[in-house]
Amino acid sequence: MIRVALPYHLRNLAQISGEVELEIIGDVTQRAALDALEARYPMLRGTLRDHTTTLRRPFIRFYACEEDLSNASPDDLLPAAVANGEEPLLVVGAIAGG
Amino acid sequence: MSGVRVLVGTRKGAFVLTSDEKRQQWNISGPHLAGWEIYHVKGSPVNPDRLYASQSSGWFGQVMQRSDDGGATWNPVGNEFKYEGEVGTHLWYDGTQHPWEFKRIWHLEPSLTEADTVYAGAEDAALFRSTDGGLTWQEFSSLRAAKGNLWQPGAGGMGVHTILLDPTNPQRMYVAISAAGAFRTDDGGATWKPINNGLHSQYIPDPNADVGHCVHRIALHGARPDVLYMQKHWDVLRSDNAGDLWTEVSGNLPSDFGFPIDVHAHEPETIYVVPIKSDSEHFPPEGKLRVYRSKSGGNEWEALTDGLPQSDCYVNVLRDAFAVDTLPSCGIYFGTTGGQVYASADSGDHWMPIVRDLPAVLSVEVQTLP
Repeated sequence: MIRVALPYHLRNLAQISGEVELEIIGDVTQRAALDALEARYPMLRGTLRDHTTTLRRPFIRFYACEEDLSNASPDDLLPAAVANGEEPLLVVGAIAGG
Repeated sequence: MSGVRVLVGTRKGAFVLTSDEKRQQWNISGPHLAGWEIYHVKGSPVNPDRLYASQSSGWFGQVMQRSDDGGATWNPVGNEFKYEGEVGTHLWYDGTQHPWEFKRIWHLEPSLTEADTVYAGAEDAALFRSTDGGLTWQEFSSLRAAKGNLWQPGAGGMGVHTILLDPTNPQRMYVAISAAGAFRTDDGGATWKPINNGLHSQYIPDPNADVGHCVHRIALHGARPDVLYMQKHWDVLRSDNAGDLWTEVSGNLPSDFGFPIDVHAHEPETIYVVPIKSDSEHFPPEGKLRVYRSKSGGNEWEALTDGLPQSDCYVNVLRDAFAVDTLPSCGIYFGTTGGQVYASADSGDHWMPIVRDLPAVLSVEVQTLP
């Protein structure tokens, strides 16, 4: 079981309160986590990753265990603390600046 | 008792404004889909409780929403817009060719006959259709075949912002694109042709080019669908032959730059524009917010000012932010980048604000309810 924390607007879009808990079979990677998230909440498809390229949208960030994993390979293993549910995978909308 | 429902898209959500046929007392509902840019909301003529909304965000991209209860509740539908076939390229700012890239949906046009069918105008410019209530979308790639390689985005992007359906001929549709021009199909979208003959635009290398004109809006009246009206970047024009030839009808307007143009519900020769000072200064001339009305299909215009601010007003009215209802005394509505939505229940003679302090208004549509 992993935990995923979504930003406010995506929680509203998916009608989620609090964190999402997902079961992942096999390696716990960013891709596996997002695949499981989108399978549970299809309305999130396209909001985190481009439909066609499956690349992270430019202003979406993935953080965990005080690390920025945004530019890591989507097939890298997520930290063990995320994989075992101790820490959430944080999906963050990049700061707007201004 | 009949009434109206005004659908307002803003920079920070959607609002639904309702009133009875007198259009003096208003109920304001919203923000719906709060915090997102709502480029456009429009209802089905077949089932007025079926609404479609284009919701987008710089962070999260495009989401499409559908309501089946007149905007009280919303549900996300499909948001996958794939360019069909060979994606191809269009002209880029530096003169090179650039691949089409989907950014957002600017405009929605529900079918006149099927509640589950809706057309969507996209940036980068393309036309999509859904026949399942917005769950899935298919592109008319034939539109991009109409010299799409010569289309070039302006500073505001390259999007399909107008979709007109001919109520007398289901095979005929029109679209208008910034900054490519106007296009027509006579075969249900199988093929398209540019309809820009008569347009003259000093800001492109060939002022009389077949494509490349910055058309801001086109409009028609259902009783005479071969007569089209256009607000171009500069110039107001009309065509009496379905766009085959355009003639300028700017006449005595204080400025012929502007964004929306619309037609009175019951008088096909009565049209409305909102003059803006210039392409460099997007606000009303002299700080006076004036709708201009022509009862002769152009050339002779009168300023409509009663109830509108006539000093220190520097808002803009965007292309999709003007609408008319179909009550016996035609109602006219528009929204501003300052967050005001104005209404007139008497064809524009008198105006009142429905609401003054919304986020910047991107679009206004109105439904006349039984």
